[in-house]
Amino acid sequence: MSALIELQDLSVRFGNRTILDHLNCTLSGRAIGLLGPNGAGKSTLINSLLGFHKPAGGTAQVLGYDIRKQTKQIRTIVGYMPENDSFIANMTAVSFVRLMAELSGLPSEAALERAHEALFYVGLGEARYRKLGTYSLGMKQLAKLAQALVHGPKLVVLDEPTNGLDPPARQRMIRLVQEMKDSGEVRIVLCSHLLHDVEQTCDEVLILNQGRVVHYSNLDEERKANLRFVELETVGDQAPFAEALIKMGCECALLGQGRVKMVLNNGVEIRDIYRVAGERQVQLRRLNYRRDSLEDIFLKAVEQGSRPPVPVGSAAHGNL
Amino acid sequence: MAIYKRTYRAYAGALTPEWSRFWVLTRYAWRYLFRSRVMTGFFILCFFPAIVMALGLYLNHSESLLRLLRMPPGRPLIDDFPLYFRVFVQIQTGWAILLTAFAAPTLISPDLANNALPLYFCRPFSRAEYVLGKFCAIAWLMSLITWIPGLILFLIEVGLSGPAWGWTHLYLARGILFGSLAYILVYSFIGLALSAWVKWKPIAGALVLGTFFLGAGFGAAINAVLRTKNGYYIDTGHMLNLFMGTLFRVPAGDDEVSSVAAVMQLLAVCALCLWLLSKKTRAFEVVR
Repeated sequence: MSALIELQDLSVRFGNRTILDHLNCTLSGRAIGLLGPNGAGKSTLINSLLGFHKPAGGTAQVLGYDIRKQTKQIRTIVGYMPENDSFIANMTAVSFVRLMAELSGLPSEAALERAHEALFYVGLGEARYRKLGTYSLGMKQLAKLAQALVHGPKLVVLDEPTNGLDPPARQRMIRLVQEMKDSGEVRIVLCSHLLHDVEQTCDEVLILNQGRVVHYSNLDEERKANLRFVELETVGDQAPFAEALIKMGCECALLGQGRVKMVLNNGVEIRDIYRVAGERQVQLRRLNYRRDSLEDIFLKAVEQGSRPPVPVGSAAHGNL
Repeated sequence: MAIYKRTYRAYAGALTPEWSRFWVLTRYAWRYLFRSRVMTGFFILCFFPAIVMALGLYLNHSESLLRLLRMPPGRPLIDDFPLYFRVFVQIQTGWAILLTAFAAPTLISPDLANNALPLYFCRPFSRAEYVLGKFCAIAWLMSLITWIPGLILFLIEVGLSGPAWGWTHLYLARGILFGSLAYILVYSFIGLALSAWVKWKPIAGALVLGTFFLGAGFGAAINAVLRTKNGYYIDTGHMLNLFMGTLFRVPAGDDEVSSVAAVMQLLAVCALCLWLLSKKTRAFEVVR
């Protein structure tokens, strides 16, 4: 798949403050999650990609277009859903979305047709003639999504799309994002604090902290790799049990209170663990494949990112 | 595609030319403005003086009607055409300032009130196009009640008096056009700048009027107290009148500033308004 976003030593400064610090990364997934704690530079990165902030150094490319020289082309093929409230209160949803479509270059009639379609698509069909000022927060989020989609972009940038939504509305938004991803006609950059949302929708994750890339991962590969992680709860003498497992080539850690965490070596199967436990007279009360959740990945990445700077290239492509 | 097919699909149709997209904002602004019956009624009322003035021109050349009105024979109804057209432009620019006070606050402040600007500027649409679109919305409305009917009146008089009159009085057409454009430019920029900085529409409208009336009051006070003519520099209405007078070949009084100074003051006001607009019409405010 062609590269969606290429960051080439991208730096952004506001006055003396460095917001983005020499970012290097190539993202090519269908849906990319942008993660990071508050103030990590996620929104600044999005705004820089859209040409709102001029880079202080380096550059970036969005679907092959340079953010320094080809801002207009980028804005033509990108749909953007901002984090904060963005609407015109005294306009009906259909007028508002139509206006945005016309500003993107759609002829008036086509814009009206697409506005209706987009509003139906996001689930606001019945409320499309209501003024936006009367919408609930969830409806406003959906209207923002509709305006981001109305001109049929190749890339949709969603900045905190589930912010302030109640659980059903959040599920609806996640489902829409998944549907868009599955349609294959649009690629997505999703910026969120909610790791679960990113985990559900994205296949690649870029984690930022203090304006630097601290981790990049392909979630599919990460999931496959995680199948070899096992967590056990045992009763009995763990030391000889762990020793036997290590002899078999597994990595093993005793966590106390009978808990054992291990990484299976190639060739070692679950039944081997039962056999060794039987031999060492250790009872196995629970056995879980422990999947390294995105939360684990995120916390480790942020923790690492808080330490003194690491070489960006290795951090971006390393495993945690 | 039927609306029941609720799936995402890309747009593959034709796009409008980039240069024409500012016009979208103008159209939407007009649609919003003329939803108000008060605005529509007021706008129609603005054409009333033009109709009366056109009737005046016709009467001036109709001896039978003049006889019917028992006017003395051989004495024209209008003997000072420069004054006639100048009065027309001044009446119409008076309507124009009311129109600005009514319409301009609705142009930018609704976009700023709920932070809609990022949605405009994340599209292939620049800040300059945004300002141009909003400017056209107000400037064309004012054009429709100032120089366009003014030039039509001039052409009516040319038609009634003959081309020779037209050639000798061509400076009146120039005065109508450029004088009105000066008013339109200054009013529009002041209206837009205030709309960008003052979110509450009634206050913004009052400030548009206040800019002229307070400026005139303070200017006169400064002139009187300090025995100077520098007070005129804060009286934009006076400077516009002065510029208009120059175009209509009205000699300036001794206590006036020069017409070059008036033009410079008007340009400075426009530049200040543009600077104020550029400060507000941004996708994001960056705190440095």
